[in-house]
Amino acid sequence: MTQAEQERRFLDKIDREIKIEPNDWMPDEYRQTLIRQISQHAHSEIVGMLPEGNWITRAPNLRRKAVLLAKVQDEAGHGLYLYSATETLGADREQLMDDMHSGKAKYSSIFNYPALTWADIGTIGWLVDGAAIMNQVALCRTSYGPYARAMVKICKEESFHQRQGYESLMKLCNGTPQQKAMAQDAMNRFWWPALMMFGPSDAESTHSDQSIKWKIKRFTNDELRQSFVDATVSQAEILGLTIPDPNLKWNEERGHYDFSEINWEEFWQVVKGNGPCNKERIAARLKAKQEGLWVREAANAFAKKRAMKKSA
Amino acid sequence: MQDQALFEYVLRLADDSLILGQRLGEWCGHGPILEEDIALTNISLDLIGQAISLYDLASELEGAGKNHDQLAYLRFENEYKNVLLVEQPNGDFAMTILRQFFFDAFRLPLYEALMQSPVAQLAAIAAKSVKETRYHLKHTSEWVIRMGDGTDESHERAQAAIDHLWRYTSELFFEDNIDEQLQERQLVPSLKGIQANWMETVKAVLSEATLTIPTNNWKFEGGRQGRHSEHMGYILADLQYMQRAYPNMEW
Amino acid sequence: MSTTQWPLWEVFIRSKQGLNHKHVGSLRAPDATLALENARDVYTRRSEGISIWVVESANIHATDIDDADSFFEPSDTKIYRHPTFYEVPDGVKHM
Repeated sequence: MTQAEQERRFLDKIDREIKIEPNDWMPDEYRQTLIRQISQHAHSEIVGMLPEGNWITRAPNLRRKAVLLAKVQDEAGHGLYLYSATETLGADREQLMDDMHSGKAKYSSIFNYPALTWADIGTIGWLVDGAAIMNQVALCRTSYGPYARAMVKICKEESFHQRQGYESLMKLCNGTPQQKAMAQDAMNRFWWPALMMFGPSDAESTHSDQSIKWKIKRFTNDELRQSFVDATVSQAEILGLTIPDPNLKWNEERGHYDFSEINWEEFWQVVKGNGPCNKERIAARLKAKQEGLWVREAANAFAKKRAMKKSA
Repeated sequence: MQDQALFEYVLRLADDSLILGQRLGEWCGHGPILEEDIALTNISLDLIGQAISLYDLASELEGAGKNHDQLAYLRFENEYKNVLLVEQPNGDFAMTILRQFFFDAFRLPLYEALMQSPVAQLAAIAAKSVKETRYHLKHTSEWVIRMGDGTDESHERAQAAIDHLWRYTSELFFEDNIDEQLQERQLVPSLKGIQANWMETVKAVLSEATLTIPTNNWKFEGGRQGRHSEHMGYILADLQYMQRAYPNMEW
Repeated sequence: MSTTQWPLWEVFIRSKQGLNHKHVGSLRAPDATLALENARDVYTRRSEGISIWVVESANIHATDIDDADSFFEPSDTKIYRHPTFYEVPDGVKHM
């Protein structure tokens, strides 16, 4: 089969909503785009463990401690499912992680913001996981089979993440004035970074067009961002929290909420490594890797010894 | 219901679970590889779950109307009765695994025995926890063997962890008049039998791991009476931070 | 393979008695014992299983995608293997 013929077949499958599977022929650029996007997603899960993880030892009661442990653990699991999906494309988890450590590969910028108070934990669950879910639900129908399957599993497991965050904020908002203020403060700090999670605006996004055509992405960044704002406004009202945007207003004509322009300067600065915690996050991951090397080496050495004993 | 001796006994079990669960929670996000990160968190979750059940029972036995969080969060340092072993810092992966292994090898036969306790709630907690603990012991044993019989470096690290932690192990079998009283009432097992069982497990696993048992048997004790190591204050500073900084609030 | 990289394993889980083991994903592990334990911790956190199989990925043999036509299309034309191929009068029951 000629390259052109294979390409035609591939596009035909995409058109007919037939999933692409690991051994199928695919354009190299499709493969590279997937590896980049899925690994970026995986890195985000893993780095995302850090801001919340730093509150595990300080969770205010035992139930919240268990919930937080289970949630952060899920993120490790999700990272693992996603790395597995990249490995079906011929990528190597270690190499991908090294790319993240060196700054070559990115992860979601939201995790470069610090988790300063207990209210941040609820807010991360509600807004950050809420934004992530918006993205992930759309990805359950992505064209690459292993990615779509991983997303289905992840979405199923994540449904508790957003709810526990919202429930936790509900407690604060129905609690003392001090607790309510703590929740509002967290909202003020996380609202804009949460909107930035959907990435650059469509006009600026370099990868969007092709990804939409290949049905890797099913909606554009701006479409998803709009859906998120539309869904979140009433949730904030029920909590009694104010969204920190004076221009947030229902637009009858568009059938959507209008909102202010995002501070793109901040967005790009954080992407480039100048967020409040970029260096700390990478340093923590690198330390985990380095301190784990002897452990992995030991297990491999043991396996080898046992295999030799068996065959001897 | 008020039963001071049984209350104290259950509190010891609960504090052991809580403090070790708290320590393991520090690993979350920092494990040597994702798979093991998840495994350590699972153990932590089991221990926190056990602590909740045990504190619920303790509060019932105390009869002072406290809930499990008030018991877990609102005592002073000398009122915590966990053994010194569980409050020791995580150190490297070898230190964490050996600490967990020594503890699991003690907890498994203890829970097995407590399943026979006429205190129905305690027997029920033991029956649920025994399955979790059996898995923990299996997992930590596998790792002790792999580290001991892995590379030179892993062997050294595992042996160093054993040499360091050994001094804290005899306290696992500490008994005072609380134990004696409850043993007389035939509510709990003697720790002498548990100790023999523990030693058997430790010997078997360390021998397969080509690791050696230290010969110095000098004991470190105090945790069961509320005399802790310097680490305990820092653990509580984290654990109690929210409850102390924002008293009487719900989360 | 580097000394610090663990091999890849495929994980299959039986969700309940009476069903086949089903492929659920993969993971890294140094040997079969730990692969099973890792699979338990990674893939059955929500009571998804009662039995686990692990197979080192390198030991899986798969059909070649280029052979798909010759492997699978010939059976498409053997419609007589399906019950709907046969006509039976309306009144006939239990068939």
